[in-house]
Amino acid sequence: MFLPVILWTDALVFLLLAVVCTFAMHARRQEHLRASWRRVAQSPAAMSAAVILGAFIIIGFMDSIHFQRTLEVNNDQTSVSTPRLAGAGTIYAPEVKSVLDLALDHLASRSERTYSAPLATNAFSREATEGPNGESLRDYPRLRYGGAHLKDPQAQWLPDVVLTLVRGAALAVVIWYVLSLLVLIAARPDDMPVNVFTANVWRGETELPWRTVLVTLALMLLVALPVALLAREYHVLGTDKVGQDVLYLSLKSVRTALVIGTLTTLVMLPFAVLFGIMAGYFRGWIDDLIQYLYTTLNSIPSVLLIAAAVLVLQVQMDARPELFPTASHRADFRLLFLCIILGITSWTGLCRLLRGETLKLRELEYVQAAQAFGVSDWRIMWRHLLPNVMHVVLISVVMDFSGLVLAEAVLSYVGVGVDPTMTSFGTMINAARLEMGREPMVWWSLASAFVFMLLLVLAANLLADAVRDAFDPRVRVLARKPAVLDATEGAAA
Amino acid sequence: MTAYIVRRCLYAVLILIGVNLITFWLFFKVNTPDDMARMQLGNKRVAAEAINRWKADRGYDKPLFYNAGAQGAAALTDTLYVGKSLEMFRFEFGAADDGRDIAHEITTRMWPSLALALPVFILGLAVYIAFALLMAFFRATYIDFWGVVLCVAMMSISGLFYIIGGQYLVAKIWALVPISGYAPGFDSARFLMLPVLVGLVGGLGSSARWYRTIFLEEVSRDYVRTARAKGLAETTVFFRHVLKNAMIPILTGVVVSIPLLFMGSLITESFFGIPGLGSYTIEAIQAQDFGVVRAMVFIGSVLYIAGLLLTDISYTLVDPRVRFE
Repeated sequence: MFLPVILWTDALVFLLLAVVCTFAMHARRQEHLRASWRRVAQSPAAMSAAVILGAFIIIGFMDSIHFQRTLEVNNDQTSVSTPRLAGAGTIYAPEVKSVLDLALDHLASRSERTYSAPLATNAFSREATEGPNGESLRDYPRLRYGGAHLKDPQAQWLPDVVLTLVRGAALAVVIWYVLSLLVLIAARPDDMPVNVFTANVWRGETELPWRTVLVTLALMLLVALPVALLAREYHVLGTDKVGQDVLYLSLKSVRTALVIGTLTTLVMLPFAVLFGIMAGYFRGWIDDLIQYLYTTLNSIPSVLLIAAAVLVLQVQMDARPELFPTASHRADFRLLFLCIILGITSWTGLCRLLRGETLKLRELEYVQAAQAFGVSDWRIMWRHLLPNVMHVVLISVVMDFSGLVLAEAVLSYVGVGVDPTMTSFGTMINAARLEMGREPMVWWSLASAFVFMLLLVLAANLLADAVRDAFDPRVRVLARKPAVLDATEGAAA
Repeated sequence: MTAYIVRRCLYAVLILIGVNLITFWLFFKVNTPDDMARMQLGNKRVAAEAINRWKADRGYDKPLFYNAGAQGAAALTDTLYVGKSLEMFRFEFGAADDGRDIAHEITTRMWPSLALALPVFILGLAVYIAFALLMAFFRATYIDFWGVVLCVAMMSISGLFYIIGGQYLVAKIWALVPISGYAPGFDSARFLMLPVLVGLVGGLGSSARWYRTIFLEEVSRDYVRTARAKGLAETTVFFRHVLKNAMIPILTGVVVSIPLLFMGSLITESFFGIPGLGSYTIEAIQAQDFGVVRAMVFIGSVLYIAGLLLTDISYTLVDPRVRFE
């Protein structure tokens, strides 16, 4: 039925998940790491942000499990026209789908002809249609799918929408009740009865801010479920120029943003850590060389380096179409390359920080003791230095995330971002930026991209701040410097 | 100190050579002139003669590093590296794909860029520092709290939305200024007001928050406690001592971006139709004009390195404790 497809970025997403899980297991066993994470969890803003990020991550992960559907094949035809494939058995559909596509099939497949407003039942602009008596009318025709179940939209639309909203809200309350029960039972200390713990949560007197978590969850469900129910009959966020459902596009963009924000750091991390620690530990000519390397890379304005690299890649990819079996493979490779090149331009900051930290650490007694015992250099770096600079790595990873998500939008606007066929917030904004000038204005694509991006980036920022406060007592060293792309953006944008 | 600055200058030249080699590798080795010709000529089935003619017209028909066909020193100098890459050190960039001289374009286009970037830079510094001062002075009060909330919210919004929102609200709904365009001379103020405003607002979140951190760090130092202990009023402590000392990291931190003001801002310029270097770069990227992109990479690096040098010098000027090692 299905042929599982693992794209490059999928594989890296799975790898990243494995790394995070290993790190979590490790952190559970280390008391000092547990303590720091508990400090993060004590911040209400961070917990609330974590709930929202969790929802985004589930969406992104569902969108990272890809497959190709089998096509219904007429055996006779196959054996005549393409004997080679008939030998292979089955033929797969040319487009690669994800589990999220499967779940949102009703959104993806129901395209309108062009723009339609959120929750609309009729088209956004007048079209010439043929009346019952053959005369030509200029009217707002009914949409193909949006509100197609209504016989008389004018009378039925409002009751139907309100009813669906109420049903969704009721469903949300039920699901929230079950989920909060689970949370309360799981989070309760062993010696406390559930009702006492519930009362404590209600009053906000627990060690971890469970009340905030439950409230965030409630708000999220209250928005998500009514929208989900409405989305079965309407285009909740309208449709774009070619009639695609904007809600679907927004949800698909989440994965692109998450991939850019996380994989970029994943690909650059090994180099930054290795070079940073080596430079600080060995000093001398190795330090000089590494410093020269990162100063040189840093001197090239990052947008221009990215632009140059992506332009070159485009030319090279156009020259070798045979490497990419489907359009998805092609778009995915470009996404991966974008992550790599963004990584190349952004590892220098972390490298410099790690070098400085290592320079300080290497003078400490325990490193000198290890040296006196004859422990090899590499082992000292691995056993004694790496664990002690990990907090710097962690902080810079979470702090880079939001900047990278924002950078993607800018790069896509410049034309050197993700592949045009790949949905991302950048491509959405880019396609929609001229719509503000239309009369009447088409605002929903931009508004959706704005809200989704704001939620994602704001949540990431709040979590990053909590992580920094918990792991870095000396606030200043890693305080956020303005903007990732500041070198070429100057003070503006 | 002179010896120190000379040494930094030499290091800067070394870095520039590195940048030059990286861009040369990217533009000529990874992406060969043949690729470029094929892309510019449009389709996959281009005749070999057409490619050769395209290369010859633009001087791309030479070997990369060593020209075996030439005599004597020309074997080393009559090559792509010397002709296309080392030439940039003399600010000779050749012609763009549309035939215009790149160096001339750059010198004319950098002024509109500067006209936009300089007000943003100066006003920004004043506004952000004032806002950060306000938050730091009322630290641990509601003013501070909501100020930080505002900063975090504002830095979570993509710069594109500030531009689109500004154009929509100020230019379209209120019709106070033209949506986009540019005019030379003092006329330009009309066109520049909105981009400057957008630039200011867009940078507010991250910058004000960063300056606030610096102020707060300064407030917690020993000399501040001493100043309070000897009975100075909090305002005196704050504006006489804290502000002065906090300006050192702030000013030395922004010095690096002064030369880059010439480069302008890619996004703002292209949205507002300002004919500066930023929009020039975007046009070149979209037209896949490698010659222009290469020139801009080089200029950007030169300006950034100049900024680093300025930073080094400014440190030595403002902080006598800096030693020249």
